[in-house]
Amino acid sequence: MTNFEAEIHRFIADKFLFGDDKKLADNDSLLEAGIVDSTGILEIVAHLEERYGMKVDNDEMVPENLDTIANIGAFVKRKIS
Amino acid sequence: MNAKADFSPDVLLLDCPREAESIKRSIRESLASKLHRRGLVVGISGGIDSSVTAALCAEAIGPDRVIGLQMPERHSADDTMALSSLIADHLRIQKVLCDITPTLEAVGYYAKYDEAVRSIIPEYGPGWKSKIVLPGIDEDRAYTLYSIVAGSPQGVLIKKRLDLRSYLAIVAATNFKQRIRKMLEYYHADKNNYAVAGTPNRLEYDQGFFVKLGDGAADIKPIAHLYKTQVYQLARHLGLPEAIISRPPTTDTYSLPQGQDEFYFSVPYEAMDLCLYGKNHGIDVETLSRHVGLTPKQVLGIYKDIDKKRSTTKYLHMPPILVKAIPEISY
Repeated sequence: MTNFEAEIHRFIADKFLFGDDKKLADNDSLLEAGIVDSTGILEIVAHLEERYGMKVDNDEMVPENLDTIANIGAFVKRKIS
Repeated sequence: MNAKADFSPDVLLLDCPREAESIKRSIRESLASKLHRRGLVVGISGGIDSSVTAALCAEAIGPDRVIGLQMPERHSADDTMALSSLIADHLRIQKVLCDITPTLEAVGYYAKYDEAVRSIIPEYGPGWKSKIVLPGIDEDRAYTLYSIVAGSPQGVLIKKRLDLRSYLAIVAATNFKQRIRKMLEYYHADKNNYAVAGTPNRLEYDQGFFVKLGDGAADIKPIAHLYKTQVYQLARHLGLPEAIISRPPTTDTYSLPQGQDEFYFSVPYEAMDLCLYGKNHGIDVETLSRHVGLTPKQVLGIYKDIDKKRSTTKYLHMPPILVKAIPEISY
């Protein structure tokens, strides 16, 4: 798990699961697990933009970038490198 | 899913006389045996759903026991008052006018809404109109991401995606409308020892197209089991005015005219009804696509969207969660 993934894991566990991350695996679909819905995606994007000083474009708001903790971590790494 | 060789849009054809009688009987029995109330209050907007609901209520218990509440506000469509008066007069029910603009002003709705829009579209100002919309059906819809469309007095349109803060601010503010209207419905219900009839159709009820404790609240929902297509059939059977029947479905919520297919559903209601029916009855996407003018891929996307909306709006249907059961009180 990269540092980005660890931070995102903590954020999602805290924000969406109130600290209960027993069922939060880094490669599980957040949508299919029912952890995140479309409003939740906006919360994740807001967090990424604030935490990492990046701007997420409309066409970047896709599952390939945002649907798993691993995907989000890789997306952040690409954006800020 | 299985193909159904005999599937056609006729699956939504209703035995109107039988259905109307069944609904009316249920209304009477519910009022007498379960709700113990003497009449019904219906919020009427001139739209097809509230008009059919009011008509069924009036035929069920008599027009003298139905109150039609007209609750326009600053952003109501120009024809809302005329059409809601038309249906009330046609049904010979009492109509009561409560303009909710002052109430919305008092809770700061207009200021809050304008501030939220301006945070995304700084040009938005006096004389501008707006609405929120979804991406079109051919756009990637893994996530339901709303955009704001603002129109200047000169007719220039600007469209931008809503971020988290502005989306939540707009939804929270706009929900005032439905909740204030429901508050007034219950005021008049309590004052008359009546119950409140809700007006959602099946698509709206199933897909969570309502505001919790706003238009989602009611004592009885006479048409919640009917597809919108069937609501129109009943409207004709009940002899409602043509002006009501021919009015395009609208949310009547935002200052810019907004179809329900822009705001919540991806396609017009006729196609959505068949898609919802197909989803509920296991109709395969190839079969359904031939009848709704969509590609199998689009139908599959709608099937997935139906599931997604059911999941994300489940909480709108939920009663309060009791931390511990109270077995003496359960319904």
